[in-house]
Amino acid sequence: MSIRTLLPATAFLALGLSAAHAQFLELEKDELTFGFIKLTDMAPLAVAYENGYFEDEGLFVTLEAQANWKVLLDGVIDGQLDGAHMLAGQPLAATIGFGTEAHIVTPFSMDLNGNGITVSNEIWAAMKEHVPHEDGKPVHPIPASALKPVVEQYRADGKPFNMGMVFPVSTHNYELRYWLAAGDLKPGYYSPENVSGQIDADVLLSVTPPPQMPATMEAGTIYGYCVGEPWNQQAVFKGIGVPVITDYEIWKNNPEKVFGITAEFAEEYPNTTLAITKALIRAAMWLDENDNANRPEAVEILSRSEYVGADEEVIANSMTGTFEYEKGDKREIPDFNVFFRYYATYPYYSDAVWYLTQMRRWGQISEAKTDEWYFEQAEKVYRPDIYLEAARLLVDEGLASEADFPWETDGYREATSEFIDGLEYDGRQPNAYLDSFPIGLKGSQKVVGNAVEG
Amino acid sequence: MTTVTETDFAAEAAREARRAKLFTRINKADTWFRVLGLSWVTPVLRAAAGDNPKSQITEIWRLLGVPLLAIIAFLTLWATLAPTVQTSLGAIPGPGAVWEQVGELHADHVREREKAAAFYERQDVRNAKLEAEGQADRIKFRTYTGKPTYYDQIWTSIQTVFFGFLIATAVAVPIGILCGLSPTANAAFNPIIQIFKPVSPLAWLPIVTMVVSAVYVTNDGWFSKSFLNSAITVTLCSLWPTLINTALGVASIDKDLINVGKVLKLGTWTKITKLVLPSALPLIFTGLRLSLGVGWMVLIAAEMLAQNPGLGKFVWDEFQNGSSQSLAKIMVAVFTIGIIGFLLDRLMYAVQAAFTFSNNR
Repeated sequence: MSIRTLLPATAFLALGLSAAHAQFLELEKDELTFGFIKLTDMAPLAVAYENGYFEDEGLFVTLEAQANWKVLLDGVIDGQLDGAHMLAGQPLAATIGFGTEAHIVTPFSMDLNGNGITVSNEIWAAMKEHVPHEDGKPVHPIPASALKPVVEQYRADGKPFNMGMVFPVSTHNYELRYWLAAGDLKPGYYSPENVSGQIDADVLLSVTPPPQMPATMEAGTIYGYCVGEPWNQQAVFKGIGVPVITDYEIWKNNPEKVFGITAEFAEEYPNTTLAITKALIRAAMWLDENDNANRPEAVEILSRSEYVGADEEVIANSMTGTFEYEKGDKREIPDFNVFFRYYATYPYYSDAVWYLTQMRRWGQISEAKTDEWYFEQAEKVYRPDIYLEAARLLVDEGLASEADFPWETDGYREATSEFIDGLEYDGRQPNAYLDSFPIGLKGSQKVVGNAVEG
Repeated sequence: MTTVTETDFAAEAAREARRAKLFTRINKADTWFRVLGLSWVTPVLRAAAGDNPKSQITEIWRLLGVPLLAIIAFLTLWATLAPTVQTSLGAIPGPGAVWEQVGELHADHVREREKAAAFYERQDVRNAKLEAEGQADRIKFRTYTGKPTYYDQIWTSIQTVFFGFLIATAVAVPIGILCGLSPTANAAFNPIIQIFKPVSPLAWLPIVTMVVSAVYVTNDGWFSKSFLNSAITVTLCSLWPTLINTALGVASIDKDLINVGKVLKLGTWTKITKLVLPSALPLIFTGLRLSLGVGWMVLIAAEMLAQNPGLGKFVWDEFQNGSSQSLAKIMVAVFTIGIIGFLLDRLMYAVQAAFTFSNNR
């Protein structure tokens, strides 16, 4: 036994030495169970398993599909799962105590984009006349203002206009709300007493698990939904609905899922956490390699019943860079699923801050918070230090190149105004950003009873 | 005109005796065939042994022909009607499509086993390399972590149902005996039994999950939490039939026997083992049979809701997959669940028959 293996690897890194070989990470725990929801963006987990990246790190991983986001989060909190594919809002909400309170951290962002908003055939038929057309095709992106007259008609008839999303703190909830509000439709507020999120709402949003979205819409319980793939394309295939917009058009290259573990896990098993992050980075690289050359192979893996299990052609639609809106209206969206490009896997603080601003905007955070508070929460949950450590190891092993990672960033992406409503988001100024929204809470406003005060 | 010799008579008599013996044997076997659901074997054997073929043929027709015809009729009806129902997952699969998925699931199982073998091979290579490098302390043996195949899921479900059923039996039989022997205990337990008996497994499950999470905190224990959740849910739903039937069996024991026990001044323990249990056995077994049936039904629901490993999870996962083969796979699961439920019932019936026969002798 050499002296090298006696020293824990982290001590080396602190000394600025690098472990010569992946095998030298002294794993505190090597048998792990990760949860996931059957969505295409769980791909990094499936690829890391199937291509043996977990095994290369000495990890023996079991991947378990979960029934819904709540079950998955509870599984991670009570230790049945060691980690999971999570909605970016979940670790943040758990850490600030909206819903189940627990300190969850994320060393790895899983992907960008990947969602869409779909409405039923009936709603589309009514919407279509308000959408400008060119060469017989609708002009994209379609704003929610085209939906507004339809909603008003329904409300005039005394019918509530219901739409589905997957979880109160899901990307989908915030994206659907963003799109509706940008089209001057009120998506409703949350308050500490009333967590339905339907206070003062034009459109009533409710939670439906992703795989049941098409069936629920078919049953007429909801008229539309915002969900990840393959459930938008599924609606086209089954001929029950029409996707009207992708989240890429709502906010270009928005962060979507993260890999979440408890803070205790990261603390107790630092090397295991590093090893997991390494394997996931390699999987993400493989998914985006040579201009998506591996995507067809990834689609085959995902179509297996133990992962997503939907038909290959349905998954292939979006994974290979096309998206079908109306039947036959296929358009190229090469960046519909991004797993590694644009530093997609780096856990940017600014991503966390954006989610927190949306929680504040819709009343899930009921009180005004200072800018510093937003930064603090982001730093509590997002762990770029772990990410960069893992990336450094990969570069040293020759498995990744220096240029693939943003070594120098302070964790805040450049300000961007590539949103459907053209507003500018700068992660360094959360409160100023909140103030720029025509619909939503700002300053010290609060939701009291059924109205906004202040 | 032939003369009948002595020897012919003797041979005839011997043959008759042999035949009689054979028929007694067949009749004896018949009770077991009936237990196993193979009652049609008896007339076949009888006909083979030379009994009046005509009456046997009608028997065979009734016991074998009619059920077969009914099954064929059912399959035909299914095959013709299925394609007419269009769901969003395509048409309802017919018998052919379902049979195809049986093959698929088997192929899947074989593939997964190959992957497991490859995993162990890689592990051996790794360990051999470490051995050669003189790092024997880093050699690890880990079990393969692939997806559970269809057979694995069936096996998990069967294990879970039996574990839950055993706990249920261990709880229900003693309490049942107590209720049967003492009217006071019966009055005490009765309201509890009446209230909890109709509760659905789906209502127990969240409570069980919470309690198990709180109480069973060791992570290196024998059982996984999910296994315990499903098993205890099965227990809670399946102990009632056993409990009620045991109480009934014990309460309806012959008064003369009780008096005999009093005269002989038997102790409580002897009284229970020698008098009460033997005479209550048939009813206890009726209860157990009902319990196992209920347990099996409940288990699938519990697995579905809690996403615990087993056939229920298989069904739910396939429903979530929403691929073009999902419906056919779910139907395979439905038939599997039905057939296993039937086999479990027969198993209990056989055990019951074994005990009650010995009892009646």
